[in-house]
Amino acid sequence: MKNKQSWIDQRFPLTKVFNEHLAEYYTPRNFNLWYFFGGLAMLMLGMQLVTGIFLTMHYKPDSAYAFASVEYIMRDVEWGWLIRYLHSAGASAFFIVIYLHMYRALLYGSYKGPRELIWILGMVLYVALMAEAFFGYVLPWGQMSFWGAQVIISLFGSVPVIGPDLLVWLLGDYAVGDAALNRFFSLHVIALPLILVVLVFLHIVALHAVGSNNPDGIEIKKNKDKDGIPKDGIPFHPYYTVKDIMGVVAFLWLLCAVVFYAPALNGYFLEHANFIEANPLKTPEHIAPLWYLTPFYSVLRAIPPMFGSQFPGVLAMGAAIVILFALPWLDRSPVKSIRYRSPIYKWALGVFVISFIMLGWLGVQPVTPLNALLARVFTALYFAFFILMPWYTSIGKTKEVPERVTG
Amino acid sequence: MKNNTIINLALSLIVISFNVHASSKVHLDHADTDISNTASLQNGAKLFMNYCSGCHAISFMRYNRIGEDLGLSDELVAENLMFSGNKLGETITTAMPEDAAAKWFGGTPPDLSLVARSKGTDWIYTYLRSFYEDESRIFGVNNSVLVNASMPDVLWSLKQGQTEANFDQNVRDITNFLDYVGEPAKLIRLKLGKWVLLFLGILFILTYLLKKEYWKDVKYGIWRPRD
Repeated sequence: MKNKQSWIDQRFPLTKVFNEHLAEYYTPRNFNLWYFFGGLAMLMLGMQLVTGIFLTMHYKPDSAYAFASVEYIMRDVEWGWLIRYLHSAGASAFFIVIYLHMYRALLYGSYKGPRELIWILGMVLYVALMAEAFFGYVLPWGQMSFWGAQVIISLFGSVPVIGPDLLVWLLGDYAVGDAALNRFFSLHVIALPLILVVLVFLHIVALHAVGSNNPDGIEIKKNKDKDGIPKDGIPFHPYYTVKDIMGVVAFLWLLCAVVFYAPALNGYFLEHANFIEANPLKTPEHIAPLWYLTPFYSVLRAIPPMFGSQFPGVLAMGAAIVILFALPWLDRSPVKSIRYRSPIYKWALGVFVISFIMLGWLGVQPVTPLNALLARVFTALYFAFFILMPWYTSIGKTKEVPERVTG
Repeated sequence: MKNNTIINLALSLIVISFNVHASSKVHLDHADTDISNTASLQNGAKLFMNYCSGCHAISFMRYNRIGEDLGLSDELVAENLMFSGNKLGETITTAMPEDAAAKWFGGTPPDLSLVARSKGTDWIYTYLRSFYEDESRIFGVNNSVLVNASMPDVLWSLKQGQTEANFDQNVRDITNFLDYVGEPAKLIRLKLGKWVLLFLGILFILTYLLKKEYWKDVKYGIWRPRD
């Protein structure tokens, strides 16, 4: 064993990498429940890749056969139903995990210096994941796949001057159809998974360069012992690997409860109308994207057309995502963690969370005058969280941050 | 104080908007089907093949899969469920020609493979029991769930000489069968689910104990808090 290890080490830095990133990667000892979600997000990426490979073996990216090939997977392929449900419920689970992971960063100021680049890479990952999910949702070629694609793609058509040409270029046709389905399939199974894997790698390299934040928002590297090991750090392996395995099993229990007992989750993970094959001649009464995209869909619908163009809404939707990138520079607070922030920040964060959830909920509801008004109010609150951040993070009394981690 | 006002406003808006959600759709009766009830599924299959399959295909479903899942031999399936001269491994299509269907009903009656998934069992159960006489319609009946449905009340003959409870049970069986047709894997996943969750539950206990054992180092051992 020892011999083999040195044989490899002379040719590849195996032991070095193992030590740097696991056995001698010192992690704050005070991680709580919120710190499970990064690892779980990687688990979900792995699961989506593996189930995706098997689905691709049986799926047909052809508008004449796509819908039936998904039902073939559900009925005639051995364990096909399980692979498909793991993939479809897995997509929603992936977003739940990612939203909790991002919220953790908001709670403990993980995006603040020196971790700005980790946050930026994470945001690019998030945008890539939304694109991946959107393309994936088109593939079963049900009514919501088709009309959802129609709505999202038409946004590009609203770009001034070049819109109509851009639309044809993106679709490879004048309408959503076989050409679009084929290229969405290609992007879903090759381009975006590659991008996601590379970005996850970079996200982790950046994280391991500066080290993990923690619920106290303290830099553990400031307090090292005589061997240069942070006094509040413990080796990632084996302590956090065994802890994460426990988290993975608990998470899989929840995921399997959904997969085996409510795989469509009452229309939230698989929409009812998507069990009707795509029909370009029959517009559904009510078109809504899946829940994880609805907050931004609400922002889009909240902005009324101006000068006969939907483009302002599209810009607002884009801004709602882009503004997240600026978070590290909008936050002026001297402390990172919510534990030591001023009360006004806690209120702001609370209002933001409510706004985001309400925008998401409104996105699956039909537009009524009251819903439209609510969407505008919550859109305003959503943006206020960011625009007012330089102000409210620089006022208010913060608590004193301890030298060493607590709890 | 000011912040409290904002939160209160936000919360009251949430309450208002949830109330608005109460929609004005048709009331649907609860189908109360039980997919683990094989006798109900068998009766539903028989009724579906006799009353519905003349016009409606369930083209994602195979004859022998029904036999396999509902505990019927190939001979029983061939004698009781197959009327169109198909082979056992084939999917269940309808013999009705498209142009004739267009002439009789104004279009091909929809394939019902996935109707339970798109409309739900409550809808099917209520729809089939909601026909009423209406002389202005071509077949003399209308439906209160699907207004101006082009389908005649095909279960009318079944209804004759039956108590209402009996008829409701028969419709429930058809609904149950369509729920099964919408997702045959439901039979497997519901049976398998508890074992998967039990396994993961036990595995969780083991991984929890493993974590606890290792973390003794962090609490009291070599990695205990240092000054």
